[in-house]
Amino acid sequence: MNVAHQFAAQSLATRFPETPSQTGGPYVHIGLAPQQAGFEIFEKNFDNNLVSNDTVGERITIEGRVIDGSGSPVRDALLEIWQANAAGKYSHHLDPQDKSVDPSFAGWGRTGADFESGVFEFQTIKPGPVEHNGDRVQAPHICFVIFARGINIGLHTRLYFDDETELNAADPILSGIELHTRRSTLIANRRSENGTTFYTFDIRLQDTPDGGAETVFFDI
Amino acid sequence: MTPGYKTSILRSPRQALLSPRNTLSEITGPVFNGKDLGAKDNDLILNFAKAGLPIGERLIVHGYVRDEFGNPVSGALVEVWQANAGGRYRHKNDQYLAPIDPNFGGCGRMLTDHNGYYVFRTIKPGPYPWANSANAWRPAHIHMSLSADGWAQRLITQLYFEGDPLIERCPIAATIPSIDQVRSLIAHEDPSNDVPFDARTYRFDVTLRGRRATFFENTIPGASR
Repeated sequence: MNVAHQFAAQSLATRFPETPSQTGGPYVHIGLAPQQAGFEIFEKNFDNNLVSNDTVGERITIEGRVIDGSGSPVRDALLEIWQANAAGKYSHHLDPQDKSVDPSFAGWGRTGADFESGVFEFQTIKPGPVEHNGDRVQAPHICFVIFARGINIGLHTRLYFDDETELNAADPILSGIELHTRRSTLIANRRSENGTTFYTFDIRLQDTPDGGAETVFFDI
Repeated sequence: MTPGYKTSILRSPRQALLSPRNTLSEITGPVFNGKDLGAKDNDLILNFAKAGLPIGERLIVHGYVRDEFGNPVSGALVEVWQANAGGRYRHKNDQYLAPIDPNFGGCGRMLTDHNGYYVFRTIKPGPYPWANSANAWRPAHIHMSLSADGWAQRLITQLYFEGDPLIERCPIAATIPSIDQVRSLIAHEDPSNDVPFDARTYRFDVTLRGRRATFFENTIPGASR
């Protein structure tokens, strides 16, 4: 289809309004993580472990908390992540990059924050860089969405890695954040402990009394 | 932030959301497979029944998931959760005095078919009280989560029932700015699809974000003009 036809066809199409969002509520676990709500119902449950023995890439554990405007952890938050594989390829038909899909890595996971501590955790691999619009490259990153009681529409953010200084500096999304002091809110801190690599990523819904800065959220 | 819904006060960002252009990261998203699901996953009447059937009004809920251009969204993961007929959730943090139903779990899931169609069977949930104000009651509702083709389409919402007088008093429904949008969350009675002497039927359609067309330039790598 040439450009003119496509323009005519699409500009005349009826647009229907999107279904409005509502909060996931305090019992979001019943539907999305029933084991955490306290019961067994499905044979196969979605979880926070994205890797199997065959997955290619550096194993990492992401841990953090979602923190509200009083500085308290949000203990009923539900988080999901979406990421590329170690080569920087998404397991999805709309990814046209000439890189191979890892059949043992789907790139998606889900977890609830712990009801006591508010800590969440994902077992995954460090993603490779992904092409950006045009010929730029996006630094390795993981997309996050957060749902909870009190959150009317899922909050989208991105995790970047503090050991990717050069790629982060060139990243079109990070460097597009006009208020550059806010960029650091998206960068997770690496540490190693007993042979496991951790990245800590705390998400602040607002500035906190201890001086913590509100995380950057995106309208994607 | 919507102060009438009190929890939103400390849990809403104070800064404006930033709006970068979509990249591959936002137009792709997780793909779900029928083999992840069990045979009774969309039947909330039977999927937790132990010694008998759950108590309450037997319902069928069905509808279509489409994008904003009217295209069917196939293969979308639809997940639902709800209280039982008395308004009590099977969740360790719910202490409402209405009892748990031993035969009702309250969650289900399904994939939309090639027409974007979904259907599930359940018990009509009851209203329940919550601590937003001294006397606040949620209308009967079913929570619904949709994971479709792209990460940017990720949606969680709530389905209400036609004619429920609690809808217009609900501070959560009132977080939606327009009355037409609130109406789009109300499932309609669909008596022509009732199953006589078995179950009543409600119809609920969902509209997700469509893929933004790129008319004159095309900067998503590799996508065709």
